[in-house]
Amino acid sequence: MTSLTRDPSRSSYYVTDEFYSDLIAAFTDWQGDDRAVSDLGERDLFRRLIEREARLLDQVNYEAWLQLYLPECIYWAPSTPNAGDPRREIAVMFDDRRRLEDRIFRLRTGYAWSQAPQSRTVRLVTNVETFAGKSAQERMVRANFQINEFWDGEMRLLAGWSGYRYVLSGGEWLIAAKQINLIECDRSLRNPSIIL
Amino acid sequence: MTGLRSTKPVTGASLGYDWSELVQEDRVHRLIYADPQIFAAEMSNIFGGIWVYIAHESEIPNANDFVTRRLGQRPMIVLRDSAGKLRALFNRCTHRGTTLTRAEKGNAKSFSCPYHGWNFLNTGQLRGVPWADGYACDFRDSTYNVAQAPRVESYRGFIFVTLNEKMPPLRDWLGGITKPIDEWLDRNPGGKVKVCEANRFKFKGNWKLAYDNSSDGYHVIYSHRSLIETEARFQDGPKGMSYYKNSPDSLDMYVKYTGNGHHFKDKRPNLEKRPGGLWAIESVHPGMEHVEEKFRRLYGARADSLLDLAGSEPVNINIFPNLSLLGNHIQVFEPVSVNETNAVWYGTMIEDETGELGEAVQDINALRMRTQEQFPNFGEVDDLANFEQIQRGLDCLEDEWVYMHRGLGIAGRIKHHPDGSITGPATDEVFMREYIAQWRRLMECDPDLTVTREIAP
Repeated sequence: MTSLTRDPSRSSYYVTDEFYSDLIAAFTDWQGDDRAVSDLGERDLFRRLIEREARLLDQVNYEAWLQLYLPECIYWAPSTPNAGDPRREIAVMFDDRRRLEDRIFRLRTGYAWSQAPQSRTVRLVTNVETFAGKSAQERMVRANFQINEFWDGEMRLLAGWSGYRYVLSGGEWLIAAKQINLIECDRSLRNPSIIL
Repeated sequence: MTGLRSTKPVTGASLGYDWSELVQEDRVHRLIYADPQIFAAEMSNIFGGIWVYIAHESEIPNANDFVTRRLGQRPMIVLRDSAGKLRALFNRCTHRGTTLTRAEKGNAKSFSCPYHGWNFLNTGQLRGVPWADGYACDFRDSTYNVAQAPRVESYRGFIFVTLNEKMPPLRDWLGGITKPIDEWLDRNPGGKVKVCEANRFKFKGNWKLAYDNSSDGYHVIYSHRSLIETEARFQDGPKGMSYYKNSPDSLDMYVKYTGNGHHFKDKRPNLEKRPGGLWAIESVHPGMEHVEEKFRRLYGARADSLLDLAGSEPVNINIFPNLSLLGNHIQVFEPVSVNETNAVWYGTMIEDETGELGEAVQDINALRMRTQEQFPNFGEVDDLANFEQIQRGLDCLEDEWVYMHRGLGIAGRIKHHPDGSITGPATDEVFMREYIAQWRRLMECDPDLTVTREIAP
């Protein structure tokens, strides 16, 4: 196999059983006081990264937004409040790099009727807390979010919290996985067609 | 006639409509989607008056398991009692009307009303009330047992209920649609599937807009254009949706109406008839290349049939009024009001009870979750947006008609078969005309709906 055929934008070789197990382990019991990182500089660093992500999504600047993620990333919105095991449960979304790019491609075809007209959004991100990851090159971050969405003449609110798995890669903190926990994740959602 | 209003729930027959005006051969009136009175009558004539899908047995596998659902707008507890009997109880205390549980699911031998503490066994039988000596009545009388559907039947795991004692047995009511249901199940090991959470949607539109769409091969090329273009972005061969691109009516796929409002659209004839034929048209999904490479290395020629189990079965099987099996999903339509509907896409996984798949079942199921998440995220959202826009368009009071006449009046196009079934090209609206004619027959009736409080073993 050449490196081109292993390009995660084109093919999905990295979503293996070991990958799932590692992902689930990273998102299990991680929000304890014993793992809290008290360094204020670090907390400010991640808060700025998360605020920037919110702004890029509100600006529909998907190219810059994708740069916040590792090439082999996961974008996961569970359909149950306890997150569950994505190998045995349908998720609201469980996107790898290629599917995330599919999502952006679809929104730009001009035929994504669920986004005609395109939603206008303002995201609020707050309550940022930083926790230790499994190595010095990894951090787990929690932030609450509120997405104010104006679509087709109506206002609506999506609320929840996100868990981020950040890894230090080439001197930069990049998102390896984002777990979006909508507080209404196990109820019927109306037009969930924006990127959360 | 006393001239006083009836306390009986509204039925179609009581509305005073000329149903032959509302439902014509080639078109239907906007009111069938927009009139709150017709919706209210549907809650008796359709959602109660016929067999209605309510839950899957895999959701309540053990004694005393329950899930809460709705039959039309009636809150229900669907459960398997201690003896293993399936029951559908009204989720309503007989005392003052409080729901007996607010949980989505659970395991309970009894339910206690949170308001005054009346306690009921999960058979529906009243077990006790606080300070019973303050009542003159005899609580051993069945009057105070929880009301339950008089008939609950399961077809191969799909649980249906009706409040109409006159309905034929479920198997007879399903009739010819059992053949594609059987095929849909039997491709899985053990002929079974297990429900595993869902993609849950709601839209501001009438529930029939979703059922109209269920076998509609005509909308695909346009409503799902964004998905079709996304699937083609790497130019790596035709995917499932691409059938509809050029001349869908000249392909072997077809739509078939089997009676009682049930129908299916069958795209399987388009597949290459070989193991792996299904997998060959799968779109791209997280983990697919890894699993395929691993299976080919570990299982050789058997890999193709294993991969097919993660692929989406290309049929849409629609059981009137609210159940749709498509791909690997169990989709359920839940009417909320005349212009609000939930569309819940329950996922299914394989339960390999005999172990014939070995360790492969883990990878198959993981991949099967990812194949199932694609269409709801990339296709259904656009349909739902279009359903909402239909509902909005139907507010034009003077523009009364909705047309469903594709294929009508073209000689030789629609075929009537000796078993009573009807087939047509996959883009024809013949299934809509047939199911809506059935809807009309049902709406003309004045069904006698009942509940029981007797505790049959």
